[in-house]
Amino acid sequence: MIGGLFIYNHKGEVLTSRVYRDDIGRNAVDAFRVNVIHARQQVRSPVTNIARTSFFHVKRSNIWLAVVTKQNVNAAMVFEFLYKMCDVMASYFGKISEENIKNNFVLIYELLDEILDFGYPQNSETGSLKTFITQQGIKGQHQTKEEQSQITSQVTGQIGWRREGIKYRRNELFLDVLESVNLLMSPQGQVLSAHVSGRVVMKSYLSGMPECKFGMNDKIIIDKAGKGGVTNEAGKSTSGKQSIAIDDCTFNQCVRLSKFDSERSISFIPPDGEYELMRYRTTKDIILPFRVIPLVREVGRTKLEVKVVIKSNFKPSLLAQKIEVRIPTPLNTSGVQVICMKGKAKYKASENAIVWKIKRMAGMKESQISAEIELLPTNDKKKWARPPISMNFEVPFAPSGLKVRYLKVFESKLNYSDHDVIKWVRYIGRSGIYETRC
Amino acid sequence: MTDSKYFTTNKKGEIFELKAELNNEKKEKRKEAVKKVIAAMTVGKDVSSLFPDVVNCMQTDNLELKKLVYLYLMNYAKSQPDMAIMAVNSFVKDCEDPNPLIRALAVRTMGCIRVDKITEYLCEPLRKCLKDEDPYVRKTAAVCVAKLHDINAQMVEDQGFLDSLRDLIADSNPMVVANAVAALSEISESHPNSNLLDLNPQNINKLLTALNECTEWGQIFILDCLSNYNPKDEREAQSICERVTPRLSHANSAVVLSAVKVLMKFLELLPKESDYYNTLLKKLSPPLVTLLSGEPEVQYVALRNINLIVQKRPEILKQEIKVFFVKYNDPIYVKLEKLDIMIRLASQANIAQVLAELKEYATEVDVDFVRKAVRAIGRCAIKVEQSAERCVSTLLDLIQTKVNYVVQEAIVVIRDIFRKYPNKYESIIATLCENLDSLDEPDARAAMIWIVGEYAERIDNADELLESFLEGFHDESTQVQLTLLTAIVKLFLKKPSETQEETHTYTHTNISPSFDSDNPDLRDRGYIYWRLLSTDPVTAKEVVLSEKPLISEETDLIEPTLLDELICHIGSLASVYHKPPNAFVEGSHGIHRKHLPIQHGSIDTGESPVSAGPAAPIEQAQSVIPSQGDLLGDLLNLDLGPPVNVPQQSSMQMGAVDLLGGGLDSLVTVCMFIFLYLLSLFPQIWLPAVKAKGLEISGTFSRRQGQMYMDMTFTNKALQHMTDFAIQFNKNSFGVIPTTPLPIHTPLMPSQSIEVSLPLNTIGPVMKMDPLNNLQVAVKNNIDVFYFSGLIPLNIFFVEDGKMERQVFLATWKDIPNENELQYQIKECHLNADTVSGKLQNDNIYTIAKRNVEGQDMLYQSLKLTNGIWILAELRIQPGNPNYTVKHPPNLNSPNSELRSHLLFLSEV
Repeated sequence: MIGGLFIYNHKGEVLTSRVYRDDIGRNAVDAFRVNVIHARQQVRSPVTNIARTSFFHVKRSNIWLAVVTKQNVNAAMVFEFLYKMCDVMASYFGKISEENIKNNFVLIYELLDEILDFGYPQNSETGSLKTFITQQGIKGQHQTKEEQSQITSQVTGQIGWRREGIKYRRNELFLDVLESVNLLMSPQGQVLSAHVSGRVVMKSYLSGMPECKFGMNDKIIIDKAGKGGVTNEAGKSTSGKQSIAIDDCTFNQCVRLSKFDSERSISFIPPDGEYELMRYRTTKDIILPFRVIPLVREVGRTKLEVKVVIKSNFKPSLLAQKIEVRIPTPLNTSGVQVICMKGKAKYKASENAIVWKIKRMAGMKESQISAEIELLPTNDKKKWARPPISMNFEVPFAPSGLKVRYLKVFESKLNYSDHDVIKWVRYIGRSGIYETRC
Repeated sequence: MTDSKYFTTNKKGEIFELKAELNNEKKEKRKEAVKKVIAAMTVGKDVSSLFPDVVNCMQTDNLELKKLVYLYLMNYAKSQPDMAIMAVNSFVKDCEDPNPLIRALAVRTMGCIRVDKITEYLCEPLRKCLKDEDPYVRKTAAVCVAKLHDINAQMVEDQGFLDSLRDLIADSNPMVVANAVAALSEISESHPNSNLLDLNPQNINKLLTALNECTEWGQIFILDCLSNYNPKDEREAQSICERVTPRLSHANSAVVLSAVKVLMKFLELLPKESDYYNTLLKKLSPPLVTLLSGEPEVQYVALRNINLIVQKRPEILKQEIKVFFVKYNDPIYVKLEKLDIMIRLASQANIAQVLAELKEYATEVDVDFVRKAVRAIGRCAIKVEQSAERCVSTLLDLIQTKVNYVVQEAIVVIRDIFRKYPNKYESIIATLCENLDSLDEPDARAAMIWIVGEYAERIDNADELLESFLEGFHDESTQVQLTLLTAIVKLFLKKPSETQEETHTYTHTNISPSFDSDNPDLRDRGYIYWRLLSTDPVTAKEVVLSEKPLISEETDLIEPTLLDELICHIGSLASVYHKPPNAFVEGSHGIHRKHLPIQHGSIDTGESPVSAGPAAPIEQAQSVIPSQGDLLGDLLNLDLGPPVNVPQQSSMQMGAVDLLGGGLDSLVTVCMFIFLYLLSLFPQIWLPAVKAKGLEISGTFSRRQGQMYMDMTFTNKALQHMTDFAIQFNKNSFGVIPTTPLPIHTPLMPSQSIEVSLPLNTIGPVMKMDPLNNLQVAVKNNIDVFYFSGLIPLNIFFVEDGKMERQVFLATWKDIPNENELQYQIKECHLNADTVSGKLQNDNIYTIAKRNVEGQDMLYQSLKLTNGIWILAELRIQPGNPNYTVKHPPNLNSPNSELRSHLLFLSEV
C-alpha cells in the first residue's frame, strides 16, 4: 500500500509530508528530488523506481505530489487517489499553490490522516469530509451524540455522499451536457479519428433523500422500447435519427451500476450541490461543427504560403462562439503577413503560430485566411515537423447528438413531486483536441 | 487567518516560549501553541523536548486539539519511547470515549506508534474496538490489526485478532468489510501457506454484496481480493463475472482495471465456445478504451496494462487501433506506449492507416519517439507481408531526410527486412551505402556491415567499404567487431581472389586483428574462421553462407509464463513495470507467484488454457530465432550444408548404416565439438521451466561400467504437483533408446526436484540427425507433453572392447592410402605420452602401440563405436614441444575430430 505522500514545491523543497509505513525512510524524500524534480531530462514516466522504491507523481501548476511505496501497490488506485487528493484540497482552499499549502498545512495533515489509513484510501468525498474535519471550523464543536453517530454512519454507510435532513424552499436542478469533440483529420479531409467525450454535470438543490431517474436518447433503450411498439420498422424510423450509440459510459458512485447493467436505467440518489453524474464516449455519427481545409505551399527555401478555409457545419440558426484557429509556423519564421475575411489574426512569435480569432459564426458559413510566411535561411538539416492546425470553439448543441429525455425526481417522504421541481437543461459542445494535419 | 504565521516565529528561546504557551490556561492558546509546535516539526526543527507538555494537552474533549496532539505523538513517540508511555493512559481512556470519532482516532493513532511498550497496551482497546457498535470505529480497528501485524505478527496471532478480522467479513457495514478484506489480504501475503482469507463461496457472496455498496476504494480492495479466488467450476466463475461486470462502468479507473483483472483471470475458466465467453470479451473493450480519455498518468497505467492484455487476448482490442493513434499533446510516456500497442495491433486490415500514422510520427521532435516510430515501420513490414513494399519505400523516404538518428534506425530495421524477404529489396542497397559515413551508433554500423557482407557480390566496392570499417577495428564495440569479422569472411568467400597466395594474405591481414583482442568471443571466432578458411574453403562456404533461419514476426513479446503472472497483477505496479513483484519488492522471495486458474477437465486433453493465448507451440517457437542472436546461438545454429559424398572404404564399414559418410566436415566439427564437448561435461538445462509450464529438466550423458546413462534432474517449478511422467526418444543417429521407463513413481511436489538415471542402449531405430549426435526427447506429465533436444557427447558411444588387435591395426592402417591421411596439430598440450594414453583410456580410446622415433613418441590409437565402426589414429608427441600431431584416415574424420577435440580439451585441462 501507499507508504507515504510528499508534497514538493518547484525547487524540490518538501512542503508537507506524511509517512504511513515504516519501510519509507527520510532519504526517500531526497531520492525523488534528486532523480525526478532536479533531473535534467524531461519526465519520461509518471512512475519512477529508485533503489527498489517506487514513486508516483502528478504535477499541479508547479507543485509536485508524490506517493512513495516499496510494495506492489495498485498503481491505478494511487493515481486516482492523487487526483482525489487534489480535488479535496482544491475544494477546501482553491488553487493548489505553494502559498495555499503553507497556509493550510494543519488542515492537510488532518485530511491525510483521515483520507488514508496505513496507506489505504478511506473516505475522500469532500461532502462528508467537511462534516468531521475540524480545521477551518466547518462544523462547530458542539455536536450532539446523535449528530456524531450520524456522521460516522454517513461516512461509512451506503450513501456516503449525501447527508440526511437537507431542506430547500425551492427544489431545483440544473443539468449541463458538456461535450468535447475531438478530431484528427488528414490534409485531404479524411477523418483519421473522431470521438466525443461527454459529461453530464448536475447541480441539484433538492430536499430530503430524493430518488432520481435519468433518461437520454440511448440507442439501446430506444430500440428496446421501439420493439415493444406497433411495428419494428416504424420504431426504427423514429428512433434511427434521434438515438445515439454510446460506446461506453462511466458513472458517479451514486448511480446503481448493477441496475444499469441489467436494465440500462440510470437511477441514483444525488449528492447535494454540483457533481458529475456520468461520462460517456461516442464515436459514431458525430456532428463535426467545423471543417478545416489547409493549403500549405513552400515557395523556395525562404517562403511559405498558407491558406486555410473553415466551414461551419450546423443549423444556420445556431451560433458558434470563441472560435480560434491556430496555424503553426516554423521556428525560423522571420515575418508573417496575414489577410483574413472575418475576425482578427495575429502572428505570435512566442507561440510559433498564427492565431486567428472569430467571436461568433453562424452555421453553414465559410471563412478564409491566407498568410505569407517569410523564413530565415537555416542550415538545419532537420525538416520542420509541421504540427497540425488546431481549433477551439464552443457550440450550443451536443455534437454527439445526445438529448436528455427526462430526469424524474421521487421523494416519497416529503411533500413535493416531480412536477414541483424546476429543471434546467443546457447543452454545450466544445472543441477537445480538434486538429487537422497540413 | 492562515497557518503560515506559525512558521514565522524564529526567535531565540522559542522552545521556552512554546512551553509556556502549551501550559496556558486557555484552550485556544494551547491549540495555537500545538499548531506552532507542529509547524516547527514540519520544517524539521527538533521539538521533541516539548513532549511532556504536549501530552498534557491531550486531556481535552476538544476534537481539534486532540487531533493535533495525536499528530505530534505519532511523530515523536518512536524517538521518545519512555515518554510515550505517559500517553498510554490517555489513549486507553480515549478508546472508551462516547464520541465514536475520538474512539476511532485513538485506536488509529495508537496503531501508528511503533513502540513495543505501547503495542502491549493496544491489545485490549483494539479488541473492544473490533466489536464496537459504531461502524466507523470497526473499520478503523480492522486496519489497525494490519498495523499491529506489521509491528508484531506473533502478537496478532496469539491474541486471536485474525479470527476477529475474519468475522468482520460478514459485517453489515460495507466499508468495514472492505477494510477487513484489505487487512487480511495484506497479512496473508506474509503467510503464503496459510489460508487466512478462507475464500469459500459463502464469503465470496458476502464480498460481492459489499462490492455494490462500498466506497470506490473499498471496491478496489474487494476486487483485488476476488482476483485471488479460484472458482471451483465454470458456473461459479460465470456467476462471479456477471456480478463484477457492472464495475466496468465505474468512474474510478482503478475499479475498472481491478474488475478487468478479475474478468481476465476467470475468462480462463469459461468454455471458449460459450456465448457468455464471447459476450464478456466484447464487454471488455469499451471500458479499456474509455481509460484512455482519463488523465495522462492513468492513461499510462492503462496503456501498460493494455499492452499485456493485447498480448494475452488480441481479439479484445483488434478493432480499436484508432484510439491508440498518438495525439500531438500526449506526454511522451503516453506516446511511446501507444506506439507499442499500435505495432501489436497492426494487421493487414489496418496497415494503410497505421503506416500513414507512423510516417507522421517519424517527423516529430522527440528522438526516442521518432526512433521507435521508424522501428515500428520496419516491424510492420515484417509482420504484414503485403505492406512490406510500402514500408520499404517509406523508410527510403526517411533516409533521404538525412536526419542522423532516423537514418541509423532505418538501416537497422532494413537489415531485418532483408532477412525476412531475401532477394527482394536489394536494389536499395546503393542508397544505404551513401549514408555509410553518418553512422556512428554500434547498432547501425553493425547492421550496415551485415548488409555489405551479406550482399558482397552485388556491391562493387564491398571490399573498400569493409576496409574503411577495419581501420578503426579496435575502437569498435564488440557487436560491430563480430559482425565485421563475419562480413569479411563472407566477402572473401563470395569474391575469392585469384591466387592462393593472395587469398591467404588477404584473409590473414583482415582476420588477424581479432586474434589479439581481449574479448575471448571475438578471438575465438577469429580463430575458428581462420582455421576454417585455411583448411577447407569449400566447407567454410557451406557453413558461413548457409541459409539463415527466419526471424520472428513479433518482437518484445513477454514470455508466456511471465505474461500470465502479470495478467494476475493487472492494475498494480508489477503490470506497469512488466516485472513480477519479487523483482522490485524487497523481501518478497517467499511470496507465492500468482498464476492463472486452470480450467478443470482440460488436463486430460493435454492442452492447458495457459498456453491458449497467442503463444506459438513450443516446437515452432524454437525454430525461429530472435532477430538478435547471441554468439552461442550464432555458432550452433549454423546450418550444415548437404552431405558431400566421399567414397567409403568398405573394409572399415562394419556398421550397417552409413552414418559417417562425410556429411560433416572435419574442421567445422572440430570447432563445434570443442564447444559441445565442453558443454556435455556440465549438467545442462535441457528444458527450461518457462517452456514447460514449470517443469525443468537438466542433465548429462555418461558411460559407467559399459552402460550408457542419461542422468537427469527433474525440478517442479510450478505451483501444482506433477505426476504420470513418461519419456520417449525420437529416432536418432545411433539408435539410442531408453531401456527402462522413466523411474519416477511418486508425484513431484512444487519446488521439489528428483534425480533419475535412465539406462540407455542402442538397439532403437536409426535416422541420421543433424548434428550427428543430436537427440530429440519428448517428456510427458499430467500437464502437457514437452519437447527438447540435447547433444550426446560422442565419447559415451566408445565401447569397452575398442582395443584392436595389433596385427589387424597394422594391416588396416597400411591399407589406408597415404594421400587419404589427414594431419592435424594440437597446440599447447603439456602432457606426456603416458598421461595422454591413460586419459584417453578412461574414455575407451585405447593405445595399441607406442614407439619412439627420433625422440618423438608415436601413439597408435583405436576406438570402436556402439554401431561397430572402428576409428584409428596416430598421435605424435614431441617431448618439450607442446604441439601434438594427429594423423588419421580422412574418411573417418568425423569421430576422429571428436578424438582431437578430446585431446584439445585435455590441453585445456
